[in-house]
Amino acid sequence: MQTHPKYIEMATNSTLLPKPRHSLRAQDARTAWLLLIPSLAVILGVTLWPIIYTFILSFFKAPTGINQVRTFVGLGNYMAMIKDQTFWDTIGRTMYFTVASVGLEMVGGMAIAQLIHSHPWGWKVLRICLIIPWAVPTIVNGAMWRWIYNADFGALNGLLMQLGLIKHYVAWLTLPNLAMPLVIVADVWHMLPFVALILQAALAGLPLELDEAASVDGANAFQRFWSIRLPLLRPAILVALVARTVDAFRVFDIVYIITNGGPANKTLTITYLTYLNSFPWGNQGIGAALSFLISFFTICMALIFIRWLYRPEETQ
Amino acid sequence: MMRFNKIFRKAFLFLLTLPVFFFIFFPILWLFSASLSNQAELYAIPIHWIPQHPTMQNYLDIIFPGQATSAVPRTFAVALLNSFKIASSVTVICILIGSLAAYALVRIHFRFGHTIQLGIIATRMIPEVSLILPLYIIGSSLGLINKPIILIVTYMSFALPYAIWMMAAFFQSVPMELEDAARIDGCTRLGILFRVVMPISVPGLVSTAMFTFLVAWDEFFYALIFTSTLAAKTVPVAIAEFVGRYAVNINGMMAGGIIAALPPVILAFLFQRYIVSGMTAGAVKG
Repeated sequence: MQTHPKYIEMATNSTLLPKPRHSLRAQDARTAWLLLIPSLAVILGVTLWPIIYTFILSFFKAPTGINQVRTFVGLGNYMAMIKDQTFWDTIGRTMYFTVASVGLEMVGGMAIAQLIHSHPWGWKVLRICLIIPWAVPTIVNGAMWRWIYNADFGALNGLLMQLGLIKHYVAWLTLPNLAMPLVIVADVWHMLPFVALILQAALAGLPLELDEAASVDGANAFQRFWSIRLPLLRPAILVALVARTVDAFRVFDIVYIITNGGPANKTLTITYLTYLNSFPWGNQGIGAALSFLISFFTICMALIFIRWLYRPEETQ
Repeated sequence: MMRFNKIFRKAFLFLLTLPVFFFIFFPILWLFSASLSNQAELYAIPIHWIPQHPTMQNYLDIIFPGQATSAVPRTFAVALLNSFKIASSVTVICILIGSLAAYALVRIHFRFGHTIQLGIIATRMIPEVSLILPLYIIGSSLGLINKPIILIVTYMSFALPYAIWMMAAFFQSVPMELEDAARIDGCTRLGILFRVVMPISVPGLVSTAMFTFLVAWDEFFYALIFTSTLAAKTVPVAIAEFVGRYAVNINGMMAGGIIAALPPVILAFLFQRYIVSGMTAGAVKG
């Protein structure tokens, strides 16, 4: 639709506007609610109501089976969890996964963003290619790495053998201390480009003059990065950090497909434990308590990050 | 001398990009190469990086399965269709109802508007696993397990807040003057949304649709819980079954993985200039 300049002028010149009547605001509010109703109804149905139900369920002993009898146990599920060493091990492993994969993704993503930003030959190609790993579905990514690590014909074995680094094929995923790092590598392959793309876009938006001015003042490359670029990139870093931390903490798909939580529970994460309790093991009450805790942790982490993100000095 | 330095620097930086390219392409190319190999070549030692007798058989087996192939590859085509149906439905519904909500949130000032905005960010943070039990309990009592509708509805829990946030960001960038002008012309709020804001935001809507489709296509957890029959499952579940406990079908999985990765990779290439804005909007803020 074409807008005549006259109207724009009218719209921006407040003396020409009719005085807003009081009812206009009320009418607006009504319209707003009408527009929101479908979405709010959906969110109420698939998110709000279930999370409340989960919370209530977490106070019951709720086995699945033919005679489903729920008995109120108060904080019993939570107490049982706290006393269970598996729970704490699981929390520790989830933290390990989150810190290691997000850490690698942030550092590697920053390095690649800097590399692209310095415009080597083929930087545009590199930037486009970064989209590929990110676009590959999580399950395909997991399945792909599972076969790369495969003991009988995996590419990792093939590569290391040809380089002469190993003499026999190794069953990588059965090594207890290596399973988690291998899952982390798979996650880093998938999500590092996400971080790199966000940071690269932010870098490209920075004013060039600052860098040049610092360069004239005799700052070396590291100083320019540390004192000029890094502080300016903080909003972008935080966006990537929040998104990745919240996602990594709830990791499930990639563990399910690569290791099934094994070997010897060495890759059992908190969401995986919740899944096991809720479905295969049929302890719905414990599952609900665990899943409520995951939500609680996630929202707390997100709130902390959001407080940083919405720092007033950065909103302009 | 200066010029030589510059070339040297460029060359050095270019050398640094090579490991990055290797890291990106090594896994995916191996997957592709394996999808073209037959069973014997896959198990060859030393490894055949490029199949000596490339074959399309793995693809044919899962797209046009004969009677001979086992149950899992036979249903891959069905899973593909299910995934397309579910992801497209989710996308259409999210754009339709999400755009109304996004408009109300960014352009109408009303009580609790800000609270609702924050509430929507918060719901995006709630992991699927925290919602699954109630959804499963109600879904099974309504007899919806193994029906596509339950996935379409439950995918809303993460897709809708995501879509609302992305669209809110795009609507915010529509000049207010245009809207005011339309109002003076006597346009209603809905009229403004459909005749002014939406047409201007088409690139944003396309980007939102692409992202919504991608997250729905990618989803695994709900699909794993809600679908158990061969007729109901989606592509991620089908791929998980290729490597599942019942039958290991490596060739099928490789070919299936490439096919499953194609739609999102193609979409990402087509809409690459929207990728970063979408990622940032989807991350947390609007």
